[in-house]
Amino acid sequence: MLLDALTLQLGYNATLVAIGAALLGISAGVTGTFLFLRKRALVSDAISHATLPGVGLAFIVMVWLGGDGRNLAGLMLGSAVSAWLGLLCVQSITRRTRLAEDAAIGAVLSSFFGLGVVLLTVIQTMSSGRQAGLDGLLLGSTAGMLWQDAAIIATGGAVTLALVLLLRRPMTLVAFDPEYARAAGVNTDRVDMLTMALALAVTVVGLKIVGLILIVALLIIPPVTARFWTDRSERVVAISGALGGISGFVGAAISASAPALPTGPIIVLTCFALFVFSLFLAPDRGVLAAYLRHRSFQKKVHLRQGLLAIAEHQPIYEPLTIRLLAREGLARRDGVPTAAGTARAAKALRDERRWQVVHTQPTYEAISSLYDGLREIESVLTADQLADIDEVIGGPKGVTP
Amino acid sequence: MTHLELATDHGAVVQLQALDACPLAIRGLTVSYGEKPAVFSIDATVEQGSMTAIIGPNGAGKSTMLKAALGVIKPLAGTVTVYGKPLDTQRHRIAYVPQRASIDWDFPTRVIDVVLMGLYRDLGLLGRIGRKERDLAADCLDRVGMHDFADRQIGQLSGGQQQRVFLARALAQQADLYLLDEPFAGVDAATEKAIIDVLKTLKAQGKTVVAVHHDLSTVTEYFDRVFLINVRKVAEGPVENTFTSENLQQAYGGRLATTQIDDLSLTAI
Repeated sequence: MLLDALTLQLGYNATLVAIGAALLGISAGVTGTFLFLRKRALVSDAISHATLPGVGLAFIVMVWLGGDGRNLAGLMLGSAVSAWLGLLCVQSITRRTRLAEDAAIGAVLSSFFGLGVVLLTVIQTMSSGRQAGLDGLLLGSTAGMLWQDAAIIATGGAVTLALVLLLRRPMTLVAFDPEYARAAGVNTDRVDMLTMALALAVTVVGLKIVGLILIVALLIIPPVTARFWTDRSERVVAISGALGGISGFVGAAISASAPALPTGPIIVLTCFALFVFSLFLAPDRGVLAAYLRHRSFQKKVHLRQGLLAIAEHQPIYEPLTIRLLAREGLARRDGVPTAAGTARAAKALRDERRWQVVHTQPTYEAISSLYDGLREIESVLTADQLADIDEVIGGPKGVTP
Repeated sequence: MTHLELATDHGAVVQLQALDACPLAIRGLTVSYGEKPAVFSIDATVEQGSMTAIIGPNGAGKSTMLKAALGVIKPLAGTVTVYGKPLDTQRHRIAYVPQRASIDWDFPTRVIDVVLMGLYRDLGLLGRIGRKERDLAADCLDRVGMHDFADRQIGQLSGGQQQRVFLARALAQQADLYLLDEPFAGVDAATEKAIIDVLKTLKAQGKTVVAVHHDLSTVTEYFDRVFLINVRKVAEGPVENTFTSENLQQAYGGRLATTQIDDLSLTAI
């Protein structure tokens, strides 16, 4: 069943939803990266909650005008207007008072959401109140998705994505170094507003599929996950988009394969699974990699300290050091060095001297900065360079490891 | 401003013409955080091809003056002209090196990418970063002695190296006027030398350099002009006759012992 869903064999509606969710995921992941880099991820929370009163008002207006209150385009328009108002509130509170942005976000988010819930309740008691479609926008509801809905979502997602890619340079510059950006003539306020507007567009586009409460997850989790895998911002953008797309597609497929599973939450949980996987298993920045690195680092430090102690004829007190030396065959269990240990110790001491020379010579600056007391000096210097350095040190030549 | 100077005697007209060519002219600049001015009614004229140090005690408004002159922070009053024209039309001729401390160094970017940011303005939104741009960036890194660091994540650099990367980004802009905010703050000796060598080369090429500077003992060695500030302007002019004990006393007040000032001024003469 899941395989059928993943290969788009589950029928028209499921296919529409899966493609729409994948596009939404890509644009959310890419857009969210710039919020994340600008350290304003939480603003998206305010934006998304501020959509609710707009949804309610749009429904009421459309019913008054005699139309279908659940028309998606109309609801999206209403939600965009009220989210924009919410955003302006956050901004003016931050600028005109001494309140920090997080406080402003908290205040705006809860007030707008409260107003929205009141409006939904009012709608429920209205005579024409068929509000069934509306609470679906809180957590997403894809059951009755129409072709037009999918087309709107696909178009909105694609346009947002294109705009984000167009604006990636100014947005990166403002996120990294706003002062420099301003000095270079970039209007940082405008770039920030555009970034927020794009996040708002993603939120509105995502109303139908993941709903306004969970869209924040799609904006924030993919970039945070992507950051585990790379140190380059343009790759964070690409990986984040890919992760968002995969979450959207796989999540939609999973939810389509079992009738009782809600689409939005499953997409978010898929995204979260990718996050947990990266958190633990990413090379370099992952938790496991960090632990292993720490252990191997600790081992290196103990071995090095042990060897230097041997070279300087000092006693070794730490049991861990002795154990590690013994395991390498460099010392006996009682701490007395073996012949191999004594030789390695002499080499370690000589390498320290060589590093001291490296530190004093400007030509070796880049290499000098690599010094951590552990790195094999042969791994960074050529035999010729070492010979030059040994010339400076003097003493016996040709120490071999 | 024009009216005012034309209305005075003949000498002022000549001065006005000189002002037109000058890289940076600030008139009546006031910046305020809240109700208290951080910088009050500053006039400054930076000479073409000079190396100017902005000096003054902590909280005197040195960095604030520089940032406001560039529009990084919004001044309360004042006009700024760059090469005789409004600032916004001349941005391409200015390169700014901000303080290191204002950056999150865990930002996911490599050294070479930071330098390439200096080209974003010329590249526009769609311009492709090609071989030419990469070569230029690599060359700028070479000039500050950071060529071997191009692919490192910026967080792996020492403070001095970070400062040099910022300088390389400014060089990539190929500007005429270089404004640096405390370029020597907290850097190692190798970096200080690398930076001052680059700045002197710029000067030799006819570029203009202005730096907020905090180390009075190197002013005479590094710079040819000084601007002394303590919220208000104290003095500006060539190091020889402006970096004097009277002016320093006036700028620093009791914060600098008279003997220290005497020591510094002696080296100036």
